Amino acid sequence: MMRFKNNDKSSAKEVLDIRHLSVRLSGEEDPGSLVLDDISLQVHEGETVSLVGESGSGKSVTSLAVMGLLPKGALEVSGGEIDMDGESLLTLTPSQMRRLRGQRMAMIFQEPMTALNPVMRVGDQIAEVLQTHRELSKRDCRDRVLDVMQQVYLPDVARIYGSYPHQLSGGQRQRIMIAMALALEPKLLIADEPTTALDVTTQAQILSLIAELQERHGTAVLFITHDMGVVAEVSHAVHVMKHGKIVEHAPVETLFRHPSDEYTKRLLSSVPSLVPRGARSQDSTQPVLEVSDMQKVYSGGGFFLRKPGTHAARDINFTVKRGQTLGIVGESGSGKTTVARSIMRLVDPTSGSIRVAGKEVATLSRRALRPHRKHFQVVFQDPFRSLNPRWTVGRSLVEGPVNFGTPRHEAYERALEMMELVDLPGDALERYPHQFSGGQRQRIAIARAVMMRPDLLVADEAVSALDVSVQAQVLDLLDEVQARLGIAILFITHDLRVAAQICDEVIVMQHGVIVEYGSAREVLSNPRHEYTRMLIDAAPGREWDFANCCELLSA
Amino acid sequence: MAHATQPSAAMQTVLGMLSLPRQWRLGAGPLIAAVVLFSIVLSALLAPLYVPYDPMQMGSLNRLQPSSAEHLLGTDQYGRDLFSRIMTGGRVSLLIGVGAALFSVVVGMIIGLVSGFFRAADAVIMRIMDSLMAIPAILLAIALVALSGPSVWSVIVAITIPEVPRVVRLVRSVVLGAREEPYVEAAIALGSSMPKILWQHLMPNTVPAMIVQGTYICASAILTEAILSFLGAGVSTDIPTWGNIMAEGRTYFQVKPGLIFWTGAILSLCILSINLLGDAARDMLDPRLKKREA
Repeated sequence: MMRFKNNDKSSAKEVLDIRHLSVRLSGEEDPGSLVLDDISLQVHEGETVSLVGESGSGKSVTSLAVMGLLPKGALEVSGGEIDMDGESLLTLTPSQMRRLRGQRMAMIFQEPMTALNPVMRVGDQIAEVLQTHRELSKRDCRDRVLDVMQQVYLPDVARIYGSYPHQLSGGQRQRIMIAMALALEPKLLIADEPTTALDVTTQAQILSLIAELQERHGTAVLFITHDMGVVAEVSHAVHVMKHGKIVEHAPVETLFRHPSDEYTKRLLSSVPSLVPRGARSQDSTQPVLEVSDMQKVYSGGGFFLRKPGTHAARDINFTVKRGQTLGIVGESGSGKTTVARSIMRLVDPTSGSIRVAGKEVATLSRRALRPHRKHFQVVFQDPFRSLNPRWTVGRSLVEGPVNFGTPRHEAYERALEMMELVDLPGDALERYPHQFSGGQRQRIAIARAVMMRPDLLVADEAVSALDVSVQAQVLDLLDEVQARLGIAILFITHDLRVAAQICDEVIVMQHGVIVEYGSAREVLSNPRHEYTRMLIDAAPGREWDFANCCELLSA
Repeated sequence: MAHATQPSAAMQTVLGMLSLPRQWRLGAGPLIAAVVLFSIVLSALLAPLYVPYDPMQMGSLNRLQPSSAEHLLGTDQYGRDLFSRIMTGGRVSLLIGVGAALFSVVVGMIIGLVSGFFRAADAVIMRIMDSLMAIPAILLAIALVALSGPSVWSVIVAITIPEVPRVVRLVRSVVLGAREEPYVEAAIALGSSMPKILWQHLMPNTVPAMIVQGTYICASAILTEAILSFLGAGVSTDIPTWGNIMAEGRTYFQVKPGLIFWTGAILSLCILSINLLGDAARDMLDPRLKKREA
């Protein structure tokens, strides 16, 4: 049963009131090119209002405008009002604004590693916030810092006070960020994708922490995210943004039950369902990839004495058959990427056997392996870095086939066909990667891999960096490629929803070992291992069927 | 950025008449730099054809003359015509500058690429580079010249050797960053050979740094040559080079500042143009910085 936050907060005191806000590129007079166009939203005491939308929709610009942090000389407010507690923020001087930030409004960022200063102890970073705004003695300040650190449930606060950011886990770093934001008990908290960089189980903890602190202090929260599951869990009201406009706003349950705007409907329908897709007929039994007893140990280093190494992957056994998709799911550090990279021989496995298309590749030298590389290809996570920015798309596409002796003009013809398959215009071959969007680039990366007519495609978090609607398209493309060419796919992901949509079989990994291996249906709807159950429980909005706007009928 | 280097209306017409392909059109700054550098190089190359005097011809009656119709920029302490000397001197100076820059960049790039990509080679190569850096450039040059006799080529080699480790370090640092990029791993997965990955994927990343470093080496080589000549370890002092002229003119700076001023001016102009062109070339080689074509 999905429990939405239905208690109405609109009678509570208004904390943030944005009316008809527009933001434009500095110096741009044309009213058609506004970055934000007529944004209005209110956040009340104790209320969480979510701003959802895909990348480029203007969610973050809205939050920056509220904080008075719009990049100078690039963006400027061109109309409308932002009031906080009845006081207009747009008329404040920079120094008044600075006093306000931290005191009465605070922000949590997406990436806790880069938002914290890496060369300063985290305790001192929290103390800095206090000392900037309050007159406190050293001792009082330290006590207060330890107190807020306890409030965000950090263990062993005295030790963590003196730690540097790199010594903490991602979840702990985000707790520090929250402690910093809440140190002065602000009225308004802006959370900009605060859990996007975290694992699902950590995400669940952080979300409940924010909710609890909000309950205790009556903070108003403006929550920015692209994740519909998170929205369903945290918000009282939701605003959907597209191209700088709010296309729909409604209380959370109304929005999910009866979305009225076309765009909202489309957005919701592209959220992949947690229900595994139907099993496909297994007409082939020919194994393309067989991994047995594979291990990867990263040596511990040490100058004179070898320190014991880290087992990144242990006792890995699985097979993938022609035309089938095997998913490996797990949190960061579970070893799933190590497995993928070992199979691609981008790292060398320590022991065990990897057979691709019947040939042992684990022990071949790099040189001896090269002729065999055309049988297995890879698609990486980040489409902005996986294509050489100095090469035209065409040159990237023909690189592989030319390496294996295909004449250049023939390879070019194949590239043209491939562009059609991935639904890009033929003249895309003459252009450079930076002229394409993330989703288009990922299709180019898939095209490049498929150009080699491989037997096995390894997709390492291939859709994780994409917006949901683009994600759906890329997943469809992978499906189509597989149906047409009968490729086997090894799909690495941290997202159970994606795994449910594309995989025939699923492997769950934790701490470098396979804890569960079975058909997707079996693993996701009837998990046997405790860790799998924990992962599924932590998936936000798991009781809700977003595409059909109703409760999920659990099996 | 685009606004700052937008050519003026007149310049645009000129460019239009030349009708170059769009991506090769320069902004006003680099265009002027190209014209200036081209004229300096050309006038240095053709100097023997047009200079009014033999640059080595002394005249005890004409020492330290001011500018006149006879001697355009006056004469130096031995009565040699300054204009003729500067114009002729450009030939040796430019040859040494460009030669040293080219050699050190090419050699340094090859060593740096190998060192950055292959872990095993790295440790050995970088220690050799460290020890090379420990040798004082001037002493090395004197030793080399003593072995092989004074010539333009031994000066170029003597300047190149201490510059190579600096280039190697720079290339290596760029390669160390770039080789972790997914597109390099994708190229490995596509079965590209090591030389191909090094040369086609990694090398272009080093070009911007190489252009900046190359122009710096070019400028510093012209000056180092002057020091070597002054110490008697370079080109003989009576052969005019920009460095020689300034080194000799230093003593007479108060009597005739033109000796240093005019030589220094053309040297600065030359180096400024090289730098401006280098920047423009770097921007042009990077498709990301190119303005999206309509």
